[in-house]
Amino acid sequence: MGRFKITPSIAVVLVLVLLVSLAAMRYDGFLGTYNVQSVLRYISMFSLVALGMCFVIMTGGIDLSVGSVAAMCSVISALLSPYGLAPGLVGGVAAGCLAGVVNGILITQLRILPFIATLATMLAASGSGLLLAKNQSVSVSYDTYFTQLGQGDLFSFVRPEWVDADGVGLFGSILGFVLSFPTPAWIAIVAYVVGGVVISHTSFGRHVLAVGGGTEASRLMGLPVDRTIFSVYIISGTLAGLAGVILAAQFGAGQPIEGIGWELFAIASVVVGGTLLSGGKGSVVGTLAGALLLGVIFTILNFENGMGWISLSAYWQSVVRGVFLLVVVILQSRLARQDSDRMKAT
Amino acid sequence: MSDLVSIFRRYGVLIALVLLILLNFAITPHFATMQTLSVNLTQVCTIVIVGVGMTLVIATGGIDLSVGALMAIAGAMSPMFFTGQLIAIPNIYVGIALGIVIPIIIASLFGLFNGWLITRFSIQPIVATLVLFIAGRGIAQVSTNGDLQVFKVPEFQSIAIGRVLGVPFQVWIMVVVVGIAAFVLRRTVFGRQLLAVGGNEAAARLSGISVKRVKLIVYTVSGFCSAIAGLIVIAMNSAADANLIGLGMELDAIAAVAVGGTLLNGGRATIIGTLLGALIIQLVRYTLLANGVPDAAALVVKAGLIVLAVWLQRQERV
Amino acid sequence: MTEIQPLLVMKAIDKSFGNVAALVGADLMVMPAEVMGLVGQNGAGKSTMIKVLNGAFQRDGGTVEFDGKPWIAGSPQQAQRAGVSTIFQEINLIGYRSVAENIYLGREIKRFAGFLDWEKMNAGARTLLARFNIDVDVTLALENFSTAVQQMVAIARAVSFEAKLVIMDEPTSSLDEAEVAVLMKTIRQLKAEGVAVIFVTHKLDELYQVCDRVTIMRDGRTVMVAHMGDISKLQLVASMLGRDLADVRARGATAFNDEKHDIGGELLEAKSLSVGRRVSDASFDIRKGEIVGLAGLLGSGRTETARAVFAADPKSRGRIVFGGKERDLRSPAEAIAAGMGYCSEDRKVQGIVPDMSVADNLTLALLPALTRVGTIDEAKQREIVQRFIQDIGIKCSGPHQKIRELSGGNQQKVLLARWLCMNPKLLILDEPTRGIDVGAKGEIQSLIGRFADEGLGVLMISSELEEIVEGADRVFVLRDGKTVAELNKAEISEQAVMQAMAHGAT
Repeated sequence: MGRFKITPSIAVVLVLVLLVSLAAMRYDGFLGTYNVQSVLRYISMFSLVALGMCFVIMTGGIDLSVGSVAAMCSVISALLSPYGLAPGLVGGVAAGCLAGVVNGILITQLRILPFIATLATMLAASGSGLLLAKNQSVSVSYDTYFTQLGQGDLFSFVRPEWVDADGVGLFGSILGFVLSFPTPAWIAIVAYVVGGVVISHTSFGRHVLAVGGGTEASRLMGLPVDRTIFSVYIISGTLAGLAGVILAAQFGAGQPIEGIGWELFAIASVVVGGTLLSGGKGSVVGTLAGALLLGVIFTILNFENGMGWISLSAYWQSVVRGVFLLVVVILQSRLARQDSDRMKAT
Repeated sequence: MSDLVSIFRRYGVLIALVLLILLNFAITPHFATMQTLSVNLTQVCTIVIVGVGMTLVIATGGIDLSVGALMAIAGAMSPMFFTGQLIAIPNIYVGIALGIVIPIIIASLFGLFNGWLITRFSIQPIVATLVLFIAGRGIAQVSTNGDLQVFKVPEFQSIAIGRVLGVPFQVWIMVVVVGIAAFVLRRTVFGRQLLAVGGNEAAARLSGISVKRVKLIVYTVSGFCSAIAGLIVIAMNSAADANLIGLGMELDAIAAVAVGGTLLNGGRATIIGTLLGALIIQLVRYTLLANGVPDAAALVVKAGLIVLAVWLQRQERV
Repeated sequence: MTEIQPLLVMKAIDKSFGNVAALVGADLMVMPAEVMGLVGQNGAGKSTMIKVLNGAFQRDGGTVEFDGKPWIAGSPQQAQRAGVSTIFQEINLIGYRSVAENIYLGREIKRFAGFLDWEKMNAGARTLLARFNIDVDVTLALENFSTAVQQMVAIARAVSFEAKLVIMDEPTSSLDEAEVAVLMKTIRQLKAEGVAVIFVTHKLDELYQVCDRVTIMRDGRTVMVAHMGDISKLQLVASMLGRDLADVRARGATAFNDEKHDIGGELLEAKSLSVGRRVSDASFDIRKGEIVGLAGLLGSGRTETARAVFAADPKSRGRIVFGGKERDLRSPAEAIAAGMGYCSEDRKVQGIVPDMSVADNLTLALLPALTRVGTIDEAKQREIVQRFIQDIGIKCSGPHQKIRELSGGNQQKVLLARWLCMNPKLLILDEPTRGIDVGAKGEIQSLIGRFADEGLGVLMISSELEEIVEGADRVFVLRDGKTVAELNKAEISEQAVMQAMAHGAT
């Protein structure tokens, strides 16, 4: 019962697996601990933002403020870090949540288009971040455990030594691989698992998809449309705040100008992962795969650089990413058209 | 009473601008000087020129995120012509001519590319122009290797800072661009068709309007405007840095369009409004700076202005 | 004997949109377990009344009492919880979501800790649909199914809410005979269970099958309430139109007159058109000066066929011969150049450009002819617009008024003028009088007749049977994307058309 369809989301996962396999064969140490750790650390922040964006886009909206909010929250959490891990974490996340509330109010109460509302929040958050940081980066205090959030490897203390030995076998390798994940990666994993469960197994999650699939119809069906939309912006802001906290913890400083372009990476991840930009249909897993895919491509480019076959400056990477996005988007539009032609069997 | 309200709606932007100017007369020292006027106008020129292209794109219900990147491409490429890097040039004027015409053509072609993505594959404008937003600056950086190109070619620089009748040349360029665009929008068939596409695309198509052609043209024009703005920037600075030209321009342009009264879903557009919107935003920023408020705060204020302007627009539409 | 309290009392309801009054002191009263019909022409206010009741709109004036208590419904959600369930004509469900999900959206069945119980929901959905003789895979997305199935799902959803009152707005518009029978049975079942039903329909015969009483609305007011047994169909129609019974009997329900037009030679021939997935074999022809009606149920493919003729959508098979020549038109622009015009079904969605003026909307297709070196010849535009405003009687404050401020009827006139000013040979009209008040409706109908008299060929799609029956010189009936019947003037009758729509030509 139930046919297995190659949805765009599944396709992305397949491509991801394929790419990683190819890369592992080609580059020494691609799957080695060091590389995996740095890639994961780097991608975790972005993927958190992408998760929030996924929820927002599923309702048919968009959140352009996530990058600036993350930057602002990195500053706030850095400022609070001398007081300990908890204040830094809570402060940063709360600030992100507040930004989400502002977006929610602008969009559901003042009825301003999400594009414009989040554009304004983006400017405001950017300005606030700069003001709070007095136009420079804010060092994080190393006196507390705060930096563990970004630089630690959560489960490494339970990692048994035998997984590093030669000839340890598949299970051992995988176990060793997983246990070496850095803390930010675990945070992101938990977030995605929760996100995935919420979308598929809670009424809130179904309402998110319904609202995106037909806002007016949802309203007439009695769904709490405004509340649902408000909530996804809070989720997006909160996750952006969390990403900002991790950013500060990872680099040891809150950066008010970091975060530029994060929203676009997030949108690209979501789109690549198979979620419709118009809302109503999508996949949390796909978004994760999309974020990983984009990150892996970036890493592959770094490796290619290192191998000297081609000398790709950093500038080429943005070209490559742009082209990649282009290919994906064109493919998606093709798939969507095929789908809708098939649908007209009504 | 309702007359007063409708007057306010129609001329609100203008009234706001006038009030701002009066406020500055009162509280800002040295405001009423030619120099202040000149400084403000100069900073606003490039935003308005890009804003004109953006207004047309938004009027069709789209958006163009690639304007900053296209500015960078045009601005980075131009010096390579008149400094003789790419091809040997007989004399400086030919070099300058090439350095103006070819970047404009190339940026316009990129704009056409945007339009093609949108019409051929039905990709949403925000995503389609996102591609060049990401890749475009990279293209500019690759072609100059990220290096700063400094040049000293007074003939070229005059397109920005040369003066005609005491007013910088770039202001004249802005005036001409605004004038032509406003005329096209209000008085030509193409202008009507453009507004129809934004107002109700299905109706426009059913009325025989080539929606595809209209969209291809507006995105090309947006690229064209970006190129002009990019050339002005490098002329002003006498240097071309692919990393910095047009950075953040898309936001400034969209803000100017929104504050100026053009509806973001399309169908109604005002070029003059974009001009006024850009002036208001610039003036607010200047007011704050001149009175000692840190620049970062201006960002917050800009955000507030946008929200206010859009919200007021909404009230009008009931 | 104690007097039974009415279940619903709506008194003196007012509702305006901007300066257009949709309801003016309208009343509606329903007794418990009663099936009340609600009829009126398009634009009479039925939909507005219903939306005021179920909370989609807020009324401007009047009182509503439900079950003896004042009725406060700020939203459809509240209304549903309080016992009033609505089924709209447009399928207000979410196409991307599964059938089961659509049925349970808003009141999902949960397990522990808030997790959704998909098994229970899927099973529940299957059981519910079985009551309606529908057996489909409830886990598939709704958009996979036909309009009829989607409508039944919507009905199933509304009925499952344990409401005290179920409102059905044109529920049979896309159903075939068997499905209509199932629906009628369901309504009777609801009545037996003590649930009241408000049944809005165009098809007056249905009222007599299932309703106890009927409320007739016209121009935003309630003009009559009667028991089904006490009122004849003709009286119903006359009351809906606000005309004299004898007058209606003599002249018909529409403004189409009975005189024959001069019908000329072949103008358009469509042979075996196949468009997308919905139309597989549509054929018809139109002669000069003839009004050809295209009839069929909702979802039968009429609009798709019309759009294919106008080249708004590509046809996958079939031939079109226009003006004696075989044509391969690729876009509306080409169709317009060949001499066709097309008024779409939903003027808000595909007709008017809301922020533009009356003048610009009127000349939208004519623009290329109005140029002088690329700029608009404003004097010529003014002259043409003025001429049509007077000729057709468009009520507006001036040619520069924004079209969205006009009433539906006047907007439709502007859209008609858009084509008439191009001097077309063929005019395709898709539901030309939908959502228009009675007066304007008559004006538009006579306009159509007038242009046919002048030699224009007209292809008219209408869901209002009287328009087809009285206005068309010939009728083609579509069913499931195929032409199933062609009726000549003599053969046209409401009976014949409905028979063909429901069964096909047997």
